[in-house]
Amino acid sequence: MGAQILFFLCAALILISAIMVVTVRNLIHAALWLIATLFGAALLYASLDASFIAVVQVVVYIGAIAIMFIFAVMLTRRELLIKTDQTNANWPLALGLSAVMLVALGYVIGGFGVTLNTTPAAIPAGVDPLTLLGKALLAPEAYVLPFEVASVLLLAAMVGAVYVAMNKK
Amino acid sequence: MLNPWMFVGLFLIVGLLIPVAAIVLSALLAPRKPNPIKLSTYECGMETVGDSWVQFKAQYYVFALVFLIFDVETVFLFPWALALNALPFFAVVEGIVFILILIAGLSFAWRKGMLEWV
Amino acid sequence: MIPLSWYLFLSAALFCIGLYGVLARKNAIAILLGVELMLNAVNINLVAFWRYLDPTQMGGQVFAIIVFAVAAAEVAVGLSLVISIYRTRGTVVADELDMMKW
Repeated sequence: MGAQILFFLCAALILISAIMVVTVRNLIHAALWLIATLFGAALLYASLDASFIAVVQVVVYIGAIAIMFIFAVMLTRRELLIKTDQTNANWPLALGLSAVMLVALGYVIGGFGVTLNTTPAAIPAGVDPLTLLGKALLAPEAYVLPFEVASVLLLAAMVGAVYVAMNKK
Repeated sequence: MLNPWMFVGLFLIVGLLIPVAAIVLSALLAPRKPNPIKLSTYECGMETVGDSWVQFKAQYYVFALVFLIFDVETVFLFPWALALNALPFFAVVEGIVFILILIAGLSFAWRKGMLEWV
Repeated sequence: MIPLSWYLFLSAALFCIGLYGVLARKNAIAILLGVELMLNAVNINLVAFWRYLDPTQMGGQVFAIIVFAVAAAEVAVGLSLVISIYRTRGTVVADELDMMKW
């Protein structure tokens, strides 16, 4: 029962603040609402026993990515933010498309029905998921290729982003 | 199940309570005798000129960018470091290769002079 | 207990909110905010499936971490482009960035 209340609190936090992110006019506020969304997701990961992912969510998403957004908003001028409408002319179409998408996804998930688990699987005693994660990331028969590709991706992102951001005109 | 998280929750609650208590206490205890000088934005110092929303220097952004990339690198290296004792030598080398690839990016930024404050 | 489908419904709703943000927002930074919401929906799905199917198979968490890396790379490059475009064109409104239109 307690777990269900926690889930509904997290879900409410995530969904309400996500709606604020896409509707609020001031982009600084949108970035702050994004932090609330991310924090709700971190709570959800903690309740799912994925403590590492929860901490990473706070450190990387809230600590770095959300801050980058606030930087970017501050680097651009404010008049652009408050002068005009924040939504483009096609917003009713976008709303309709998202609603159709939601109904379709809900239909698909509802169609899974009884094939989905209703309770979490048991974690065997003496197994630490974090050590398993380290082994899985580095094992050649598991995920070592994505691991190395991620470093190349980060390298490319850093070189590209630094080059583009500092390109003086 | 959630026991270790109790402490985190406790920290959150205490961390929220302390500033709230400070604000409420000062509102309750402080005498209120306002005058125009006290109510001005800065009691001493100059009034601000123009909009308070000034444009940031792009340099801050580059530092945040490099920080972000290395923040994400930590995420990959933490499980690696934790499982280090249980890993074969090959896996340790893989982790070092991972670090070297990212150091190449850092040295690029350094060579381009983007880490110097101008 | 909480059935797995609740997590799936939550992440579907979050994904659709993000989709609306991407499609309807004018400001390029706000569009990237919408993309972040969609990536988070994916992560909730990955972690929920990891927990409910087999916690000893770390695929779900590994891919959640890869999503973090992709999100960081996307934000770094995306926001750099926004700032660079702002510097040369003086706007961050996506509709006005039509240099490639013909």
